[in-house]
Amino acid sequence: MLELHSQKKSSLGSSPILEAVDLSCVRNNRQLFKSLSFKLRAGDMLHIRGHNGSGKSSLLRLLNGLNQPTSGHVLLLGRPLADLRNTLASRMIWIGHTPGIKATLTARENLEWLQSLHNRSASSEIPLALEKVGLRDFEDTPCHALSAGQQRRVALARLYLSNPASLWVLDEPFTCLDAEAIWQLEAHLETHCRNGGLVVLTTHHELNTRPHAYSGLDLRQYAS
Amino acid sequence: MLFRQPSELVNPLAFFTLVGSLFPLALGTQPDFLRASAPGLLWVSALLAVLLSLEGLFRSDFDDGSLEQWIVSPNSLAILSLAKVSANWICTGLSLVVLAPVLALMLGLPGYCLPALMLSLLLGTPILSLIGAIGAALTVGLRRGGVLLALLILPLYVPVLILGCGAVEASLQGLPITAHILWLACLTVLAITLTPFAIGASLSISVTE
Repeated sequence: MLELHSQKKSSLGSSPILEAVDLSCVRNNRQLFKSLSFKLRAGDMLHIRGHNGSGKSSLLRLLNGLNQPTSGHVLLLGRPLADLRNTLASRMIWIGHTPGIKATLTARENLEWLQSLHNRSASSEIPLALEKVGLRDFEDTPCHALSAGQQRRVALARLYLSNPASLWVLDEPFTCLDAEAIWQLEAHLETHCRNGGLVVLTTHHELNTRPHAYSGLDLRQYAS
Repeated sequence: MLFRQPSELVNPLAFFTLVGSLFPLALGTQPDFLRASAPGLLWVSALLAVLLSLEGLFRSDFDDGSLEQWIVSPNSLAILSLAKVSANWICTGLSLVVLAPVLALMLGLPGYCLPALMLSLLLGTPILSLIGAIGAALTVGLRRGGVLLALLILPLYVPVLILGCGAVEASLQGLPITAHILWLACLTVLAITLTPFAIGASLSISVTE
């Protein structure tokens, strides 16, 4: 059982927001991991590590409810995830490998669409968010004309919009980003955790700026 | 969205027009024969044009991760899919309805048949789009889903095809078309109310495997 060391310090007594209980996952007849348990409280950051194909993305897809674990369960606020789908939907931002950026829409249209899809209205903040990720001059450029790194920045701009989502589930958020953008995103994630948010991410990159309640999870320990 | 990729919009319509204009050349110069086969011909080419437009319906959403965002969003998948299919239908089905009279006149269908043709297509193409979308949603995760899609949903298209052709045929012979049209309307209402749930469930199966 992985218990985050921070709980004593920052959130003593607060109940876990996201909890994995004895998770195991079998994909294509291969056991990716088993007996995986952890608890995450407000302000925590969980960094999932592991080599390619070790099940990092699969684990994230169990946490965001896209897939079901082979055994074990995921609890949100102490209740099974399936019972709280709407709560999860309103509290979570999920940015996967393919972050749902439409190539034919412009950066601004993409964000407007994603915000309205998630019932969040923040269209006035979109230019500011795009400016923060360094895309000020590309607001109205169709995304197919942007580079891979810029497209990733469009997706990440969602994290700069003020919204009630406190749980961020990010699959390889640093892919394609340049050093400065990586540094900036690390700082932003740290601020989010400091403000009581919760971040679960996978990355091969070592984080330089870590929140107090940082913990790493190496899936190799849980491989069968 | 569709308007930014004109090829996707134009392909089904071009297909419909091509089929409609090539048949008179192939069948020779017998106006009576052409007129008699026009209802079936128009309906079959409309059906295939709709099928053509459906294969890629959810493909790009699947590839760029939008479907994952649909699933983790608080909105119901059924409503999102209904919106998506409606948008697709307005761009293809509705344009087919508008285009059909032109082709009908080329095939020598008399003017008094046109209301029956347009009405039957207006009621029939939404059913085709909605049923087809279930197939498209089920096969979106497969690399070569096109053949499977056709195999899955063509049998379900048969009643619509028979009713639609029947309506035009009846009007050609001066018979009342009310029965055909009412049946089609029935099926349309049924399709609009029930298929979105099937499409939503199929999408969620495809994305979550």
